[in-house]
Amino acid sequence: MRALLAAGLALAAAAAVEAEVVPDARRPGYDFASPEIRAMQDDETTNPGMLWVSQGESLWSKKAGAAAVSCEDCHGDARASMKGAAARYPAFDAVLARPIDLEQRINRCRTEHQRAEPLGWESDDLLALTAFVARQSHGLPIAVSAGPELRPFLDLGGELFSLREGQLNLACSQCHDDNWGKSLAGNVIPQGHPTGYPVYRLEWQSLGSLQRRLRNCMTGVRAEPFDYGAPEAVALELYLMERARGMPMDAPAVRP
Amino acid sequence: MARVLINFPQRAKRGEIIEIKTLIQHPMETGYRVDNRGAKIPRDIISRFTCAYNGDEVFRAELFPAISANPFIAFSTVATESGELVFSWTDDNGQMQTEIRQITIE
Amino acid sequence: MSATTRPQPLLSVEEGGESDSSPTRRRILLVTAGAGLVSLAPVVRATEDAMAEAIRDLIGEGPLKPGKVKLELPSIVENGNTVPLTVSVESPMTEADHVESIHVFNQKNPQPYVAAFHLGPRAGKAGVVTRIRLADSQRVVAVARLADGSFWSDSADVIVTLAACTEQ
Repeated sequence: MRALLAAGLALAAAAAVEAEVVPDARRPGYDFASPEIRAMQDDETTNPGMLWVSQGESLWSKKAGAAAVSCEDCHGDARASMKGAAARYPAFDAVLARPIDLEQRINRCRTEHQRAEPLGWESDDLLALTAFVARQSHGLPIAVSAGPELRPFLDLGGELFSLREGQLNLACSQCHDDNWGKSLAGNVIPQGHPTGYPVYRLEWQSLGSLQRRLRNCMTGVRAEPFDYGAPEAVALELYLMERARGMPMDAPAVRP
Repeated sequence: MARVLINFPQRAKRGEIIEIKTLIQHPMETGYRVDNRGAKIPRDIISRFTCAYNGDEVFRAELFPAISANPFIAFSTVATESGELVFSWTDDNGQMQTEIRQITIE
Repeated sequence: MSATTRPQPLLSVEEGGESDSSPTRRRILLVTAGAGLVSLAPVVRATEDAMAEAIRDLIGEGPLKPGKVKLELPSIVENGNTVPLTVSVESPMTEADHVESIHVFNQKNPQPYVAAFHLGPRAGKAGVVTRIRLADSQRVVAVARLADGSFWSDSADVIVTLAACTEQ
């Protein structure tokens, strides 16, 4: 696996990270969803994702861990401190010397500052906090850092996006760059922009993370999905966010 | 205690018909699904929802597995007097969750 | 940008069996993206008969009149897990003339009942919104019982499509 990735990186060294989707032709998943799904998302009183946002709001003020501190104790009112935060993730973590996504950032706060156990991937509490933080970026443009330290990870993400994989031997780009707007199994293929995560996916009947959705895509082409939190998964998230630079966030979105 | 979102105008004119929207976090496990090992996942649904207005039942719903997860139910009632709206969700095992909200009539 | 290839070990793929001749039990095969086969656990399907019987249990020997009831469902949905449903009944909702209850039935889920809503004059208007699950493309029927003991109905047909790229 490593050898293949290294070979892939070498091949991709000269490849430009250019979205096949022309910047002004970019449309969010919302545009590809049915009117009923859009209506469900738009109304805060009917959007099931708001159940998690509400839960996240409670957790924000709840003291946790051996340090007995809450998010609020350090970050104050999330409406102010978290405004725009989710739009900048994945972000580079200087200590780990690699990018981490929002879920990992929340868990780093838990372990390093609250001195609490990290929250499990796709656990209700982690989804709730992620949804609550992401909600504070609603309507704000995606603005991940363009710093040079992220370059190698962005390149890896771009390479993975174009890498054929699985029994079906398909790359993300083949559906989401080349065939968006066409139908696949009764759904319209979106462009694959992560503006609405964490998302209430009707298929899951629950809120879920971007990593969960990417794992579904990989299972969909019959490839072994990345482990939760794997560096490849975060690199791909970073690439997707860069590809969606400037598009407004709409978390928690509702999708089929 | 499942997370709940209840929305209705907290102030209304006497005689006004108000719409009440309710959303509760619950998997509504149908009993027809199987897990990774092929074992049936037992049914676990909210089967009954009621709304009482100052003690009088104004709305009741019997729910079946065909109701989606995280059930959303919107209904209306006439704003008659100030007081309490009591919402109750009961599951197959008789476990009940109750939420109380105030309403003020002008 | 051309796609690059990485060798991938073959995953074992579950294959469905043949449908047996029993009218009430059927194994369903789905072909996704022209390659994998996914089989669902056999499910006893409610039939048109089961729905008719359930409705007959409710209304007894009397007639079921079309009208007064308006059942709104999208004609095609991207996912059968969460289908928005609105049902309303024309009624003054007075003590003398009101809707006592609205019952929703379906044709092809494992069982025919969806929900029963109990109203009364305190409702102001007879209308309920909820979200339902539909296992397959099918008809949904709403029956309203009025205070005078009469039954009225409306129905809607929904085409249910499947999500792409699932967990299985």
